[in-house]
Amino acid sequence: MAYEIIDNCVSCWACEGVCPSGAISPGTLHGKAHFVIDAKKCTECEGDYADAQCASICPIEGAILNPLKAWANPPGSLTGIPPERLAAAMAEIQAR
Amino acid sequence: MELTVLGQPAEQATIEAEGGCSSSGCGSDSDSLSHLPDHIREKVHNHPCYSEEAHHHYARMHVAVAPACNIQCHYCNRKYDCANESRPGVVSELLSPDDAVKKVMAVAAEIPQMTVLGIAGPGDPLANPERTFETFQQLTEKAPDIKLCVSTNGLALPEQVEELSKHNIDHVTITINTVDPEIGAQIYPWVYWNNRRIKGVKGARILIEQQQKGLKMLTDRGILVKVNSVMIPGVNDKHLEEVSRVVKDNGAFLHNVMPLIAEAEHGTFYGVMGQRGPTHDELQALQDACAGDMNMMRHCRQCRADAVGLLGEDRGDEFTMDKVEVMDIDYEAAMERRKQVQDDIEKQRKMKQAGLVALEGLSVQKKELRPVLMAVATSGGGIINEHFGHAKEFLIYEANATDVRFISHRKVELYCGGGDTCGDGESVLDQIIKTLSGCEAVLCSKIGYEPWDLLEAAGIMPNGEHAMEDIEQAVAAVYAEMAENGALEKPAPTKQIAAQAGA
Ligand code: SF4
Ligand code: SF4
Repeated sequence: MAYEIIDNCVSCWACEGVCPSGAISPGTLHGKAHFVIDAKKCTECEGDYADAQCASICPIEGAILNPLKAWANPPGSLTGIPPERLAAAMAEIQAR
Repeated sequence: MELTVLGQPAEQATIEAEGGCSSSGCGSDSDSLSHLPDHIREKVHNHPCYSEEAHHHYARMHVAVAPACNIQCHYCNRKYDCANESRPGVVSELLSPDDAVKKVMAVAAEIPQMTVLGIAGPGDPLANPERTFETFQQLTEKAPDIKLCVSTNGLALPEQVEELSKHNIDHVTITINTVDPEIGAQIYPWVYWNNRRIKGVKGARILIEQQQKGLKMLTDRGILVKVNSVMIPGVNDKHLEEVSRVVKDNGAFLHNVMPLIAEAEHGTFYGVMGQRGPTHDELQALQDACAGDMNMMRHCRQCRADAVGLLGEDRGDEFTMDKVEVMDIDYEAAMERRKQVQDDIEKQRKMKQAGLVALEGLSVQKKELRPVLMAVATSGGGIINEHFGHAKEFLIYEANATDVRFISHRKVELYCGGGDTCGDGESVLDQIIKTLSGCEAVLCSKIGYEPWDLLEAAGIMPNGEHAMEDIEQAVAAVYAEMAENGALEKPAPTKQIAAQAGA
């Protein structure tokens, strides 16, 4: 089982520097620059840290999936912006 | 381009002219560094970000080599360029240390006034120590005439002080928005510390402790530290005076209060939640309040982490990596030319200081002459040489009976200040007038009829009579005129206009 980076990733390199297993590297997905976790190398940080390091430093909500395929950092959990509030603001900007 | 202004070769004069503000007119009298001990003044004398007066002559550049960050700020969205903390978004041109060094040397050869190289992002430089220090290491060897500086949120500072002091980095900027964890929790939702993400007050407390500890460690080693604070109305505005006191006690030599810039389209917490930025008046009042405690910096234009050029201008497009790759740089020759140009600038600065504005010449010495704010349009050289309609920003000066001092820059495009909302259907001109609220005159080289009338109606007197004159001299002259014709006996229009604009 392993963590996985999906296409919300903004390629900020933060996870790459803290992974104890050297499992993370820059790559591409769907033609877009994007960090990638090598599932064979990912240990879920077990034996090294209590928390998965990539998911503990990643600043982008929804960029990393945990082994259960759920968001490690769901919308609102990092920025503190309630998801409905964000959606309303975005809709308002679109309507301008 | 006429060369008499700075006595430079044609090519450099053009650069000056493109500069947002190259006025030499801020003058040593009002220079915020005048009270510093000599050895510190000496160090920052040519530093455009630290010396109010130097920033008219010298250029700085930043390179984006540090993508990762270890905290989250509510005014930042890692997906986009950050308006507050001098950093581009992570997707903007990220450079390897090797490429960064090439770029810096290319710029240094092309812009001899470039004296300072900073690393400020896009993440936190000290959260990317290998890339940051590799860049500094190479530059110390290859371009020893460039000063190095670094900006940080402070979290990783204590553990990096040792390494920092090895690289001969004598300027560090720490962004410190609070010294109170409760307030900190409203600014920083989390920090990454000891391999955990720590949220709320606990995280903020760790950050604050590390910032102050790092600040002390640096100043103990004789490394200059400037503190930046973002002013967030209703969050830390009342508290920043205390921050000023604390950071001064811990050895910071300069405090720079910047206005929060928050728009919903930035996607930041503050932007989406409708947190407003301060008005010009609020910012200035706070800067004045803090100035009682320590040296304040007023000329910061919140330049981006990948910016190139004099403060307020960005020539980054001329130095993208594809262009840099094909440049053939002879750095030995460039260093000689740089020295020549910088020596010339120093000569000019000395002459300038000898002939400072003398307001004693005021023929009317009325009891209590109130101060007046004036806006100035300049494209460089310390003189009034910009057409009103071409100005991308105005320099705000305050004149009183004894002194002319530089207050701030106000940009007139892209960003409409703080709580002033840019309502629909407002013309650009209306917005400019709002931006200039509080000013009683605007000095420019030329101005059209339409803006003239509107400005006059708004209580801001247009003045094109001092075209090509020294900024401080001209501001002093206009002030003297106002004193003569009784304009200073009327109350300042500042408050009403500001109240309307800020409402
Ligand atoms: S969970 Fe741990 S081991 Fe797996 S990729 Fe993330 S940081 Fe690396
Ligand atoms: S920390 Fe998150 S956003 Fe940054 S590179 Fe890793 S997955 Fe992408």
